[in-house]
Amino acid sequence: MSRIAFAFAMLLVFGVMKLPAEHAIALQRRSVDVRDIANLDLREKVGQLGFVAALSGFRAVVADFLFIQAYVAWERTEWGRVLLLLRQVTTLQPHVPLFWDIAAWHMAWNASSAAMNDSSQLRLALRVKAQREYFALGKDFLERGIKNNPDSAQLYEALARLCHDKLNDHARAFECYAKAAILPGAHAYDRRFAAYELSYCDGREREAYEKLRALYDEGENERLPTLLKRLKFLEEKLTIPPEQRIPDREN
Amino acid sequence: MSARIFAIARNTLTELTRQRVFYVLLIFAIALIGSSVFLARFSFQQEFQILKDVSLGAMSIFTSLLAIVATARLISQDIEDRTVYTILAKPVPRWEYLLGKLLGVLLLLAISIAVMTLLFLFIFQAREQTVLNETSRQFSAAPHEQLQAALDAVRATALRHDVFLAVAVIFLKACLLASLTLFVSTFATTNIFTIVVMVAVYFIGHLESTAREYWLTQQSASWLAKSFLAIVALLFPDLQAFNLVDDTVAGVVIPLALFAKTALLGFFYILIYTLAATFVFYGKEL
Repeated sequence: MSRIAFAFAMLLVFGVMKLPAEHAIALQRRSVDVRDIANLDLREKVGQLGFVAALSGFRAVVADFLFIQAYVAWERTEWGRVLLLLRQVTTLQPHVPLFWDIAAWHMAWNASSAAMNDSSQLRLALRVKAQREYFALGKDFLERGIKNNPDSAQLYEALARLCHDKLNDHARAFECYAKAAILPGAHAYDRRFAAYELSYCDGREREAYEKLRALYDEGENERLPTLLKRLKFLEEKLTIPPEQRIPDREN
Repeated sequence: MSARIFAIARNTLTELTRQRVFYVLLIFAIALIGSSVFLARFSFQQEFQILKDVSLGAMSIFTSLLAIVATARLISQDIEDRTVYTILAKPVPRWEYLLGKLLGVLLLLAISIAVMTLLFLFIFQAREQTVLNETSRQFSAAPHEQLQAALDAVRATALRHDVFLAVAVIFLKACLLASLTLFVSTFATTNIFTIVVMVAVYFIGHLESTAREYWLTQQSASWLAKSFLAIVALLFPDLQAFNLVDDTVAGVVIPLALFAKTALLGFFYILIYTLAATFVFYGKEL
């Protein structure tokens, strides 16, 4: 018995010695943004069982399980449940851009369309209101996703698409495409799309024209139908001298 | 000396193999293949993400379980079979006996995790190749740059090399659990007691970092709460520190220095628990 007590005393002494090392590792983990899971907010969101599982080192698996549940809820068009589950998923795995992107897509595209086509709601104004709320939820997912993954071109592109397709906010869409274009893993079209978006912004036509013209001057690969169309539109609007305009045959 | 330790280790590994513990690998394979078939309905990004999460999560739980269950029965089984008397009657010091037993379990864990990793790599590569072939087929009429961009997008979601470091940390965590289980089993009277204690340690160990932070930073807590937190922080291992897989799979770049520090901490834990086990085992009446 005394040996066991002595062994525990030995462990306590080792415990005092290991504290600084553990503390240093915890601080370094935090500095590289490794998530500390033990917060009450998460516990409220994922429930007792999910919280225990997440605590035991199975955070990613719990997130996947919830993601699959969200997928099933989407197939059943249970939008409230989809939102709840995707919030849990993104809370558990905030560093997976894919989850933020999918969550935003479900809200801003799928749930919003369902709200607009909801035959049980007769008043158009309420349907439009519900649709806008889903757009806002999608935008919120993407903005929080970007906050957690500032180097994700995928999330900037998704936010730009949302601003263009759903919110008609071309200035913000331009900012997002331009930001995505300089991040690693960006698509080649981001720079071009940024210029397109700028061409829709009132008062920024000159800037847009210069960007589109620069792309045009890069060669055949960039001379795509939309680029030519937007360039022609801006040439007219800015009354560019005929000798500086692009040839008509390419329009 | 080393020959005796290795003989005991080899014997322990053989015994554990006869207990059909490798059936765990079969369950792992079924889980992996089953999930990869089920996941075919998702997009390849979703499929790869879930496949990585599920595989590495399964590796973590299976190796932890294996470490606890296989180690818990080592000493008590030998006492029950009276094998321990035969071994210790020979010129084999007790520490060599314990070290040999532990090495046997660690070998078992190493083999298991190696097989699981190979299985995971095989299934992942097979799925990746299928997606690459499908992408090539879909983009066969597209310009070369577009095809290349699509293939690069598939490859970008594939495995990064630091997944292997995370797997090494899973192995280290299992080794830590095995050495701690060995320590508990030196004074436990039954297997069940050891397993129950270790399951509790497993959960508390994942909360140790929270207890430690609270103990070190909270000034307003009562002395009773502080004493309790201090005991938890000092006595239990910080298992959350060995939980790097979730973040590695999520794409967070973990510095090599952090892996190295975690590994070093793991080695120290294993050393201390093995020493404590040896110390208690020397005083055990057989």
